Amino acid sequence: MATEVVPYGRVTQRPPAVKEVHIVWITAGLGCDGDTISITAATQPSVEDVVMGAIPGLPKVHLHNPVLAYEVGDDFMKYFYQAEQGLIDPFVLVVEGSIPNEHLSGEGYWAAQGNDPMTGQPIPTTEWIDRLAPKATAVIAIGTCATYGGIHAMAGNPTGCMGLADYLGWDWRSKAGLPIVNVPGCPVQPDNFMETVLYLLYQLAGLAPMIPLDAQLRPTWLFGKTVHEGCDRAGYYEQGDFAEEYGSPKCIVKLGCWGPVVNCNVPKRGWMAGIGGCPNVGGICIGCTMPGFPDKFMPFMDEPPGAKLSSAAVGLYGRMIRSLRAITNTTVNKEPKWRHNRPELTTGYQQIYLQEKERAS
Amino acid sequence: MSTTTTTLPKAPAKPRTLVDMNWDPITRIVGSLGIYTKIDFNNKEVAECYSTSSIFRGYSVFMKGKDPRDAHFITSRICGICGDNHATCACYAQNMAFGVRPPAIAEWIVNLGEAAEYMFDHNIYQDNLVGVDFCENMVRETNPSVWEKAKTTEAPHAADHGYRTIADIMTSLNPFTGEFYRETLHVSRLTREMFCLMEGRHVHPSTLYPGGVGTVPTVQLFTDYIVRLMKYVEFCKKIVPLHDDLFDFFYEALPGYEKVGQRRILLGCWGSFQDPEVCDYKYENMNEWGNSMFVTPGVVVDGKLVTTNLVDINLGIRILLGSSYYDDWQNGETFVKNDPLGNPVDQRHPWNQTTTPRPQKRDFDGNYTWVMSPRWYHEAEQNGSKYLALDTGGGPIARFWATALAGKVDIGYIKATGHSVKIYLPKTALKPEMELEWKIPKWSNAIERDRARTYFQAYAAAAALHFAEQALAELHAGRTKTWAEFKVPEEAIGCGFHEAVRGVLSHHVVIRDGKIANYHPYPPTPWNAAPRDIYGTPGPYEDAVQNTPIFEENGPDNFKGIDIMRTVRSFDPCLPCGVHMYLGNGKVLETRHSPMFGAVK
Repeated sequence: MATEVVPYGRVTQRPPAVKEVHIVWITAGLGCDGDTISITAATQPSVEDVVMGAIPGLPKVHLHNPVLAYEVGDDFMKYFYQAEQGLIDPFVLVVEGSIPNEHLSGEGYWAAQGNDPMTGQPIPTTEWIDRLAPKATAVIAIGTCATYGGIHAMAGNPTGCMGLADYLGWDWRSKAGLPIVNVPGCPVQPDNFMETVLYLLYQLAGLAPMIPLDAQLRPTWLFGKTVHEGCDRAGYYEQGDFAEEYGSPKCIVKLGCWGPVVNCNVPKRGWMAGIGGCPNVGGICIGCTMPGFPDKFMPFMDEPPGAKLSSAAVGLYGRMIRSLRAITNTTVNKEPKWRHNRPELTTGYQQIYLQEKERAS
Repeated sequence: MSTTTTTLPKAPAKPRTLVDMNWDPITRIVGSLGIYTKIDFNNKEVAECYSTSSIFRGYSVFMKGKDPRDAHFITSRICGICGDNHATCACYAQNMAFGVRPPAIAEWIVNLGEAAEYMFDHNIYQDNLVGVDFCENMVRETNPSVWEKAKTTEAPHAADHGYRTIADIMTSLNPFTGEFYRETLHVSRLTREMFCLMEGRHVHPSTLYPGGVGTVPTVQLFTDYIVRLMKYVEFCKKIVPLHDDLFDFFYEALPGYEKVGQRRILLGCWGSFQDPEVCDYKYENMNEWGNSMFVTPGVVVDGKLVTTNLVDINLGIRILLGSSYYDDWQNGETFVKNDPLGNPVDQRHPWNQTTTPRPQKRDFDGNYTWVMSPRWYHEAEQNGSKYLALDTGGGPIARFWATALAGKVDIGYIKATGHSVKIYLPKTALKPEMELEWKIPKWSNAIERDRARTYFQAYAAAAALHFAEQALAELHAGRTKTWAEFKVPEEAIGCGFHEAVRGVLSHHVVIRDGKIANYHPYPPTPWNAAPRDIYGTPGPYEDAVQNTPIFEENGPDNFKGIDIMRTVRSFDPCLPCGVHMYLGNGKVLETRHSPMFGAVK
């Protein structure tokens, strides 16, 4: 038997441990599809880099995202059924949008996709998550809605919605032993997400160790620093030179910027191609990557409570400031308590349920 | 797609055999949309259509009691592709409510950002999403004979765009493998970089505020924008002739194709791009500053311009029920009895709307959707309901039609003539100057909606050239303050009018005790995706799909519904925009209209 001759250029290359990977993408949470749109802006890598095999060592990727799909209707939904039946294994499940509390929707529901062929009824998004999450090799929550609840989980919301980890459980593990991977941002920074996908593909291919995540399940290399630590206006802060009105190039912490206590790399990385961002280009950081978003940052245009003290004290001691900030950082890294999957609505919006009760009584 | 056969006794030309054909979800749009039809294969037409969606979020509910300054940050999140249009429109409404007029350079910066949004969004939608309906793979699957013809049809403007035959254009539109498909992805990043220069981040901007912007106006800011803009101007010189060739070919290859997606000409445009010279955001002067916008607001009925006055447009808006899952608010609180000019404000106007969702079973003979039915009240209407089901045609066709007829815009790069809109594109690196002219078409149909989209990409680029000149003039004069201070009043009302990428956008706010007491945004998709209203008038999607002829060569067994897809996508559906209005379906407990088990109706 002749041994295969490997050309010298290939001797250091390793074929991926899996040949093909499907990405099954649910956009039918309570969201805006802004994360899907966002990732089409990515270039590091781009979606076509990944789909067309432009990066060495990766398995072949089949992307099933409703905004980009060629197929329509049942032709598109067939991948969801195949994933459920184990016919496209392995697959990565991407969840976009916050997860509504369907204990509260009575005979209706808040979010669904496709129809059940047996009953003719629409299939709630939560049911898709229940069907697909146990079969997925990895699960990624994209954007702040799916990760922590986000804007639609604001106080007074009628849907009782929450993040994926609130729904599946923070200790949830995939069949391959991976925790949920959270890539927050409203929307997600394009390259942050595509790079996370790339890392997971490398991991599935056997070319990278377990993805490093922090306590909020975020990739540590993307969310380990604060906005302020990467902001090119921090020099003004250091000099105690603060903007008094929007449009000034100085530090805008007194105008509502939460950068010092928010985990996010956007000022450092820019929004896309190094361009844009938030405080670095004059936009106050409203904490949109954080579990406490939006409630703990509202009203957005007021000076954050901690900023008065720390900006006044900046002339004193860096160490003290850091420990003060650590307290605030811990607070905004926690979600408000009304985001849960219990069969009760605790967001403050009770109107329709009270009315229902009145009618019943 | 799912099928069930039904026979109806009624017989038009040939006996009707109706087949339930449903597509849920409709892909390659933003958001969740299902289209449920009955197709008459004997007569090759769509007999009945219902549109529905499946997600409920509740903005108008959870915005109550919040700080009014947060409105643009919150409402941006309504939409993931044109969120900045919401943020901008919310700032317009806040400016009115707070009584603040931003400095001129701030308005030019917002106009440059919004122009980049049109350039980006129309581009990616047209050629990465809609374009797939016209690509080689799709046409071969649905109309093999059209593909054969395309292979031998020379593209008339090959010299402009580089594709020799129509088939070459179709191949270039294939997803991922197609050259033009990939070029579009690339260009969509360039335009988003332009956007980020002005508004910070795409798609939820970071630098917009009531009273102005946080963007720092520097020489570099505008240089970075203009060099990218000129690359896009060059791109426009290619794409407009390319799409003219492609769309003209469909009329030629499939005689009668003008009937696909055709409906009565009932178009609304709420105007875009403020002129800081005129716009003071005072309601009392809204007619004047509305008419100075660089896309003229207007309502077009049967090809006639009914009004360009934003006050008339505002007062004519009515939100009807009839097929939607809500409690009525006719006897609810009246927040605004009269507008600031003393005109009465209807109880069904967004200022006075109280939204109470009532989840329930879906019943196509009763309530079947979470979308309400926005209508525009037209006293002079003679041909039926005075509550007109205006559509936006996906945005550009309505913008062009209103702007062309009004004949007001004249800014060097763009001239509205009364019957057309001329666009002048200056010399670029590889191509000489070029004049384009959008002429009022004979029909409001799928092809013309799509064609207008491409022309509007050039319009936005040309308008941006003007805005950049104006912004630089301010910068050179040293007027670099981008924000004006304001106080949030205890009691106030405000409204904002804008064009979201896919059509009319309004935000109405009522402030009491310094907090939001009522907030109702009306984006394009509720107008377009509306169901049958209380007077029985169907919404625009339903209306346009119903009676659409079928040109697809496949029979019921492998039917793709391509003509229906082209119709629906020509409106540029953006369901998150509809969804915040509680668009979404109730749980279906009856099986009569379900895809797999539809029985005789």
